[in-house]
Amino acid sequence: MVVRLNINDATHTVDAPGDMPLLWVLRDLIGLTGTKFGCGIAQCGACTVHLDGAAVRSCVLPIAAVGDKRVTTIEGIGTTPAGRKIQRAWCDLDVVQCGYCQSGQVMAAAALIASNPNPSEDDINAAMTGNICRCGTYNRIRVAIKRAAGEV
Amino acid sequence: MTFAAAAGGGLLLGFKVPARGDEVPSFSIGGNAIEGLQPGVFAPNAFVQIDRAGIVTLVMPKVEMGQGVYTSIPMLIAEELEVSLSNVTLEHAPPNEKLFFDPLVGPLGGQLTGGSTSIRYAWEPMRRAGATARVLLVTAAAQRWNVDPASCYAEQGEILHRSSDRRASYGQLADAAAKLPVPKAVTLKMPEQFKLIGRPVKRLDSQSKVDGAAQFGLDVRVPGMVYAVIVNSPVFGGTVASVDGTAAMKVPGVRQIVRAASAVAVVGDHTWAAKLGAAALVVKWNEGDGANVSMQDIVTDLAKAAERDGALARQDGDDAKAFESSRTRVDAVYQQPFLAHATMEPVNCTVHMRPDRCEIWLGTQVPAHVVDAVQRVTGFAREKIVVHNQLLGGGFGRRLETDMVELVVKVGKQVGAPVKVVWTREEDIQHDIYRPYYYDKISAGLDANGKPVAWQHRIAGSSVMARFAPSVFKDGVDPDAVEVASDLPYDLPNQRVEYVRVEPRHVPTGFWRGVGSTRGTFVVESFIDELATQTKTDPVAYRRALLGKSPRALNVLDTATKAAGWGAPRPIGQGRGVSVMHAFGSFFSIVADVEVDNGEVTVKRVVCAVDCGMVVNPNTIEAQMQGGVIFGITAALYGEITIRDGRVEQSNFTDYRMLRIDQAPPVDVHIVKSAEAPGGIGEGGTAAVAAAVTNAIFAATGKRLRRLPVGDQVKDADEA
Repeated sequence: MVVRLNINDATHTVDAPGDMPLLWVLRDLIGLTGTKFGCGIAQCGACTVHLDGAAVRSCVLPIAAVGDKRVTTIEGIGTTPAGRKIQRAWCDLDVVQCGYCQSGQVMAAAALIASNPNPSEDDINAAMTGNICRCGTYNRIRVAIKRAAGEV
Repeated sequence: MTFAAAAGGGLLLGFKVPARGDEVPSFSIGGNAIEGLQPGVFAPNAFVQIDRAGIVTLVMPKVEMGQGVYTSIPMLIAEELEVSLSNVTLEHAPPNEKLFFDPLVGPLGGQLTGGSTSIRYAWEPMRRAGATARVLLVTAAAQRWNVDPASCYAEQGEILHRSSDRRASYGQLADAAAKLPVPKAVTLKMPEQFKLIGRPVKRLDSQSKVDGAAQFGLDVRVPGMVYAVIVNSPVFGGTVASVDGTAAMKVPGVRQIVRAASAVAVVGDHTWAAKLGAAALVVKWNEGDGANVSMQDIVTDLAKAAERDGALARQDGDDAKAFESSRTRVDAVYQQPFLAHATMEPVNCTVHMRPDRCEIWLGTQVPAHVVDAVQRVTGFAREKIVVHNQLLGGGFGRRLETDMVELVVKVGKQVGAPVKVVWTREEDIQHDIYRPYYYDKISAGLDANGKPVAWQHRIAGSSVMARFAPSVFKDGVDPDAVEVASDLPYDLPNQRVEYVRVEPRHVPTGFWRGVGSTRGTFVVESFIDELATQTKTDPVAYRRALLGKSPRALNVLDTATKAAGWGAPRPIGQGRGVSVMHAFGSFFSIVADVEVDNGEVTVKRVVCAVDCGMVVNPNTIEAQMQGGVIFGITAALYGEITIRDGRVEQSNFTDYRMLRIDQAPPVDVHIVKSAEAPGGIGEGGTAAVAAAVTNAIFAATGKRLRRLPVGDQVKDADEA
């Protein structure tokens, strides 16, 4: 089926099966490879994107279900105030290591502080527990979210 | 200095990260360095290139997999080269075991990132590479101005003449410097002259890793590329008997089904089609003998082997005689499971096979081994094989292997286009090369004062070295398997350490973060704790009394325990444990606090002290300790791969569990000031933390865990 997608404020038309997860449409058909494949079953968060500003796992989101909703990926998140602050905090605090999961971490954290400018420890846990980091950058992720939130 | 297009030819997949303001370095990763000089490029050695436009390109002899070497190695070069880190281009080194030879891993091929060797290797040669280039640029300037070179100096990419206003940029001097003979010896800065080394320099790769620009192996896109998903024989050692691809070929977007000996690949227009096609395949396998193997067989093999005399790894004094005269004897058996690496970036590889040559894209810890692997399958001459290394989405030892390369080349030979072959997470976990299962028998004889006057330790398990670097496996001893165990910081006058090689039937085994130190430290540091318990001595006091000959180990122990507040009473249900380790040329001590609630173990806080000699980037050391500790806690609490009927029982993060942020403790890192040569830091946290956790569980519950992972063992004990 031919699907029109609004991704990072640009319209993309793709011809793909309706059950094809957004992850593979982004990566393989459109070439936005910043969104990562980690598990394929919404267990690791590496594929996190925003749908109308809410964090979703693109590896289990069929493109037929996207409709008119705005998709924001890691390539576009820097244009939002929350995304920019998260990116800056991540760089200031040297959060990343291998970096493979960090697209998803940044997307989850940006969605959190956009909707909750003063997240508690529990709020951070709830928003970020779906995002695995094998390098173990959790300590700095926590500090970076608080720093970014303080600026929102 | 302005920043022109990325230097070097053949930057097929290079990209540049645009500058984002002053606070963010505008360095870029320019792709893979190409061997051989380009005209007009000043390249006094394999690591530094400066072109006429003044663009400084640094070729990285070690790969970046999170450990921060694409920041710390540039720091070492820039310290002597006198250039700003915000204006350098980094390139992945091409395969070349001569140019990028690291003697610390020489028997393993030399061009290998692993074993926490990067900074130990880079410390001197990288500074020398920078200094050599600088000396040549100074000489070129002095000749141009007809002045004494001693009256010139380098600063921020320029040579300046002290007594006049004359200055010349490195780009302006590149041609002249390239014609000068390379000096054999250069003088390096004294530590008190360092401007970069020892400072908390920010990572150079952060921006690209938070905006989606960083390119990992799985992100490679080659014109005309198709996608494939691999289906490996579910049983180790099995082969394809027959394939019914009727249903798979009906999946929209599926183009082709390709057989290799031990696997089938489904090729499609995109990964999703290939994945659906793979799920629709009907494959009959010749499962072979492996299908009869289960955990019980493997553990029984090990237990039997541990009864045999092993090859001698260390003998001090007369342990047998010392046992006879000792007051008390303590014996224990420790077991550690198979572990998968589970890098966040699943195994993948992109290949373009042509009749007479091969181009390959992947993130690898062993670029030259990739060439070897392609050669094994194709017989091509080395110059017909081009490896494009990428950032690694985690390595941990998985990307020291080239099994994926051989398989993908076999697949690629049958596909008339470049093909990206992806392991799903399930394939990645079920077809890893696993950290071996180890079975340790350890005994101590204590004198009247409780000191271990006799010590015997027999390690039974797979030899990774015998497969990976056979020349290192000598007289029956695998130096990796006995690491730490055969070189303890403790005063043990009569000790015998033995190794018995037992291969786990069909299960492939390989290096895993922390390698031998991870397995050795869990056993020894748990057992030392047992001896402290036996003698009713505080675990820290017991260790201190044995560390008289190792002041650096004693110092980290004192630093960590003081920072953690060792000795303060713990609330009911909580416990505090400690470990000490000398490995990778560094000294570590870790204090872990745990809480046990209804058998559920939570690590509440970790305090580390590390003496890793001279510090290059304290930022990196903290990050590596924090991350290494969390990696190690994941394994200690949850990590276990089990085999049933020749198959791995785990498949994804649902049953191969990872520590998540809500379970991750704060990890405090204390760096001990040291003037010693740099030691390794990437694996120490992982290797040293498990024993601290299980010792803390013992303190909290009285339950001594001699088998990892912790899993439900505390819960089961409560119920029993």
